[in-house]
Amino acid sequence: MKLNMNELTKGIFKENPVFIIVLGLCPTLGVSTQVSNALGMSAGVLFVLLFSNLLISALRNFIPDSIHIPAYIVIIASLVTIIELVMHAFVPALYSALGVYLPLIVVNCIILGRAEAFAARNTVMDSILDAIGMSIGFALGLILISVIRELFGSGTISLFAMGNFDGVIRIPWFYNNPIRVMSLAPGALLLMGYLKAFFDWKSARKKG
Amino acid sequence: MSYIAILLTFVFINNFILVQFLGLCPFIGVSKNSANAIGMGVSVTFVTTVASVVTWAVYYFLLVPMSLEYLQTLTFILVIASLVQLLEMVIQKISPALYQALGIYLPLITTNCAVLGIAIINITNNYNVMEAFTAGFAAGAGFTLAIVLMSNIREKLDLMPVRRAFRGMPIAFISAGLMALSFMAFDKSLLTNLHLV
Repeated sequence: MKLNMNELTKGIFKENPVFIIVLGLCPTLGVSTQVSNALGMSAGVLFVLLFSNLLISALRNFIPDSIHIPAYIVIIASLVTIIELVMHAFVPALYSALGVYLPLIVVNCIILGRAEAFAARNTVMDSILDAIGMSIGFALGLILISVIRELFGSGTISLFAMGNFDGVIRIPWFYNNPIRVMSLAPGALLLMGYLKAFFDWKSARKKG
Repeated sequence: MSYIAILLTFVFINNFILVQFLGLCPFIGVSKNSANAIGMGVSVTFVTTVASVVTWAVYYFLLVPMSLEYLQTLTFILVIASLVQLLEMVIQKISPALYQALGIYLPLITTNCAVLGIAIINITNNYNVMEAFTAGFAAGAGFTLAIVLMSNIREKLDLMPVRRAFRGMPIAFISAGLMALSFMAFDKSLLTNLHLV
């Protein structure tokens, strides 16, 4: 089987879900105060998107057209319930840090959007590649925002604790001079505005 | 917590859009003119209020007795989706004029984070049914306040000389950021100062 690599790479820059199509903003801005939360959220979205695209494209000829949206929502919500239970059991700290944004993956426009626009009319293999590409694009966007917000807002980069390492990297100068507003709500919106302007400018220049 | 405290919390202190980022997609998408913004705001308020009460009842009368709390997410989204569909049909039957005005927004509301968000927050905060009702209404009112303010700002922005790269969405985000900055003036101390806590 020939793999269509374009399906994989388009989500990373050309159709980046965060900056170009601007979907799934609630979790992007809500959990981006710490890098560790962003990583957890990205993993959740990768799992749900991968399996929802897989199931929906596999079932695309069986789901009646008139009830396709409710059917997709049931599939997505079941996957989200699985990821909620798994995170609650194995990473309780991350589960409580993500809070309400974890169940809200159900209404994340990226997932339903990809199901509707891609998985419903493409083969299983292409849908899997599309899901992986889109998740990587989402993760990159989320990680970029969270690194900037955490670096400027509190001068740290939080990863996961392992052995002697407590999971928090402190950046010398920024740690003593944090710009608190970056880790609060307004900082997220301002940063999103500037990043969106940058990506618009960049893609306009590419087109010539 | 008194009802006024819940109202102030969800409209100002924890404004759904500007503080919690719930319902940001319609906030950016439907705020280009103020007539649409009001339509969207009213529809969302209506749905959050009704959905709060219905999901509360489903949780405490169906899921808790059968100890199926873990099905919360799945049940709530289905309840909300059918509720929106039902509301659409009822409004179409009772008041065609209202349906004309709100019809196009209703289908969008199913996937609005604000509705599922308030349903889950009501359960997490252990609200009783009246508190859930108040919270649902207040969340919708906060959403309406933010989206209507935003649409007025964007109508003015259309006439302003904005740099090309910033036109449209980027400047909308930055304006929302500045609005959020001013909403930071409302915090928990508001409730303490008014002797509500």
